Amino acid sequence: MTHARTVLGPDEIARALTRIAHEILEANHGADDLVLLGIPTRGVHLAERLATRLTAITGEDFTARTGALDITMHRDDLRARPTRASHPTRIPATGVDDKVVVLVDDVLYSGRTIRAALDALSDLGRPRAVRLAVLVDRGHRELPIRADSVGKNLPSARSEHVSILLDEVDGRDAVTIEGGVA
Amino acid sequence: MKHLLTAAMPREEAVALLDLAEDMHQIQEREVKKLPALRGRTVVNLFFEDSTRTRSSFEIAGKWLSADVINVSGKGSSASKGESLRDTGLTIAAMGVDGVVVRSGASGAPALLADWIGRPVVNAGDGTHEHPTQALLDAFALRRRIHGEASRGKALDGVRVAIVGDIAHSRVARSNALLLPALGAEVTLVGPPSLLPPAASDGTRLGVRAETSLDAVIAEQPDALMLLRVQLERQAGKVTPSPAEYITGWSLTDERLARLPGTRIMHPGPMNRGLELSSRAADSDASTVLEQVTAGVSVRMAVLYALLASDQGGSR
Repeated sequence: MTHARTVLGPDEIARALTRIAHEILEANHGADDLVLLGIPTRGVHLAERLATRLTAITGEDFTARTGALDITMHRDDLRARPTRASHPTRIPATGVDDKVVVLVDDVLYSGRTIRAALDALSDLGRPRAVRLAVLVDRGHRELPIRADSVGKNLPSARSEHVSILLDEVDGRDAVTIEGGVA
Repeated sequence: MKHLLTAAMPREEAVALLDLAEDMHQIQEREVKKLPALRGRTVVNLFFEDSTRTRSSFEIAGKWLSADVINVSGKGSSASKGESLRDTGLTIAAMGVDGVVVRSGASGAPALLADWIGRPVVNAGDGTHEHPTQALLDAFALRRRIHGEASRGKALDGVRVAIVGDIAHSRVARSNALLLPALGAEVTLVGPPSLLPPAASDGTRLGVRAETSLDAVIAEQPDALMLLRVQLERQAGKVTPSPAEYITGWSLTDERLARLPGTRIMHPGPMNRGLELSSRAADSDASTVLEQVTAGVSVRMAVLYALLASDQGGSR
């Protein structure tokens, strides 16, 4: 095991999230109809952090427009992996119909998680549009999916391991990369 | 977890199943009640005993998870032509079925079936032995009544539950006497002496405390009172109290209900109103009867998911 290299520190993560918050508002021409849904577990915390920023920027209460979307039951690898635990889904009281739903996740990799999230979302209603914001895009897509906002593009080898550490879960904020072919 | 044959399980496993059921429970509020987790799986409900609610509950649970569910009832099937349980099980397994939910009047039948057919088996009630999904749904409904939306991760520590009625013949009582204490609850069995199971050398019955006086237990103000159905069909030839004696001693009458201001009233159904409990008790705000039915679907979704979603077996 090689030493884990830190790619983003706490300040860089904070700045990236602030920029993503502004990008979301810019692309949407304001705050109207925006709903944030984080994908468990770390995507939920990132969505909450974005909500805090959006509230500060717009003066509107984004905590009531922020929720969680569990994708466990929609995964395409349930059979091949040991039984996965699920997570709660929390949908804001406004629902998702005719809203602009911003999916928030920590890492975009194969794209399969987002595929599952789109399926899960379609069972909950019909958003007017769905956007995707991720903290890190590490490449290696296996499906035609791309993010609208990216905190950091991180070209990586498949053999490398990218870790997102968040204060709420891990006690500190960092993005690290380790391993790879020697 | 390979099968669900008993409600005896470690606390962590029980809490994890209840948490999974809590996530499944959210589907009740949705317009599209369908999750794709068991797409392509086939589940057979093999019911050798009459049951409407348990069978429909398993059927709905399987269908909401996108499994194909087939109901095979004992009556009119080859079992009534003399086929053995083993041959029936092997025949169903040979059709490529992924899991079997079995109810039988014979205690131990699901365990035998599990040995024979080599795929996941869920015990949906066997004789006077166990009914594990009923105990899980009772725990789920009670946990929700106590903790509400904050139920995830919690157990039933210190919750005092009295189970009242024909304990000796009740698979519901046995499964609850195994599961609820594992979750930290204090269980007391209450019933006529002739309907209590034999006492162990330490005085406990089914591993928990037993009392004969319902009024004495009511004086202790339990957190939940679970009334069992008086099962006339399992009492053939037994010395049992008459209905009048039963009502006098062990029915939750209006008068007893008035002495239990903070106690949740539970019943696994089907209810005999006027016998196990009064109509007022059954319909009171304290009654969890319909919540238990709703919980049944969520708990059975969790069990089917835990047993059938992965080819690699459970992680716990």
